[in-house]
Amino acid sequence: MSTLWRVADVVSGVPETESSRTIGLRVDGLNGNLAGQHIDIRLTADDGYTAVRSYSVATAGMDEILEITVDELANGEVSPYLVRDLMVGDQLEIRGPVGGWFVWRPTDPNPVQLIAGGSGIVPLMSMIRAHEASENPSPFRLLYSLKSPESGFYREELLTLGQESPKLAVDYFYTRKVPEGWPTTPKRLTAETLLASILPTDAAPDIFICGQTVFVETVTEWLVEAGYPAASIKTERFGGTGGIR
Amino acid sequence: MGIISSGFHGKRRTGNPALPPGQYETGSFPVLTAGPAPYVSPADWEFFITTETGQHRTWSWDDLMALPQADIRSDIHCVTSWSKLGTSWRGVSLDTLFEDVETTSEFTTAHSYGGYTTNVPLQDLLDGQAWVAWEFDGEPLERAHGGPARLLIPHLYFWKSAKWINGLELMPHDVPGFWESNGYHIYGDPWREERYS
Repeated sequence: MSTLWRVADVVSGVPETESSRTIGLRVDGLNGNLAGQHIDIRLTADDGYTAVRSYSVATAGMDEILEITVDELANGEVSPYLVRDLMVGDQLEIRGPVGGWFVWRPTDPNPVQLIAGGSGIVPLMSMIRAHEASENPSPFRLLYSLKSPESGFYREELLTLGQESPKLAVDYFYTRKVPEGWPTTPKRLTAETLLASILPTDAAPDIFICGQTVFVETVTEWLVEAGYPAASIKTERFGGTGGIR
Repeated sequence: MGIISSGFHGKRRTGNPALPPGQYETGSFPVLTAGPAPYVSPADWEFFITTETGQHRTWSWDDLMALPQADIRSDIHCVTSWSKLGTSWRGVSLDTLFEDVETTSEFTTAHSYGGYTTNVPLQDLLDGQAWVAWEFDGEPLERAHGGPARLLIPHLYFWKSAKWINGLELMPHDVPGFWESNGYHIYGDPWREERYS
């Protein structure tokens, strides 16, 4: 945990989707990060103007390098620069990694249900990677709600892990467009679909949910109504307004 | 000056003197909660103040409504960098609730339905600085924003304005609450950027 701004070297930049990019940052003396933590990024214009935003870390445990995946927001101030303009070899400033709540530790004993809406997959991917790299045998299950196959992050890696990892099950849910040969048409996520695709209450999973505010609020309410203890649910929200009543 | 990002110009939204350092203005009202939002109906709601001598006072919803109501217009600042300027609230001043409370403690722990806690020095709750707020923008406070009632302490980062407020416990020492134990600053002054511990 650090409150100081530190210089990060941009060591990689790989498009994740049409509107997003995974950026590798190397920070001298960085001692890894907990799965699920975030960093603050500060950009400075040539006249001294600065802008700060928080981004979840997608990786976990790599000593001096971490990766973030940034989704470009229409009319965004920082994300278009990070996705379109930032180049390998550039430098920027980071603070963190921070956060001790929405995190998964390899010593956590319980089964884990991850629920991602769109780019909310990023901190959950960090947990999946930390889990895969660990000796922890507890089952992980991911429900990933997406508009379309093209908007999915980490597609190859999740496909491979979903098929080959004995510790991870992956369920995709498409709301606007499905892949070719998909058994159903695109539709809105419902409580029934959600509950049919996650670890049951008697498995007593720890649940991590990340996505847009409305997505997180809706899913959380379904889970509480279905009997998952509130204390087992951790949430992280971004964007949007509190429109749920 | 920090590292210059060539080609980065930004949107210059921080020219407003009402914005603390590192904050940007938002027109929306983001919801940030560590877990599910508890359901608390006004009929079941209660607010308590407990002192170090064991004095325990409680107010029901009807008790709260019967007290003098304050209209508050203030800016609010979230540690995640958004600020919302000129928000309108209605609620009961903590000065009113503390009128008959005798204590020598200098600190409090705010307790919320759902188990959330946050620590606030007593002097930051008094002298017209804090309220138990139950109305936002002329409407009953939405559950997602802490309804039926939340603390409102606009001069501190908004995680101190505990949602679903249940009561205040007077404390002889400053004891970190939930976020303060999870990496956030013990006090949280937005103008000094006291974000993280």
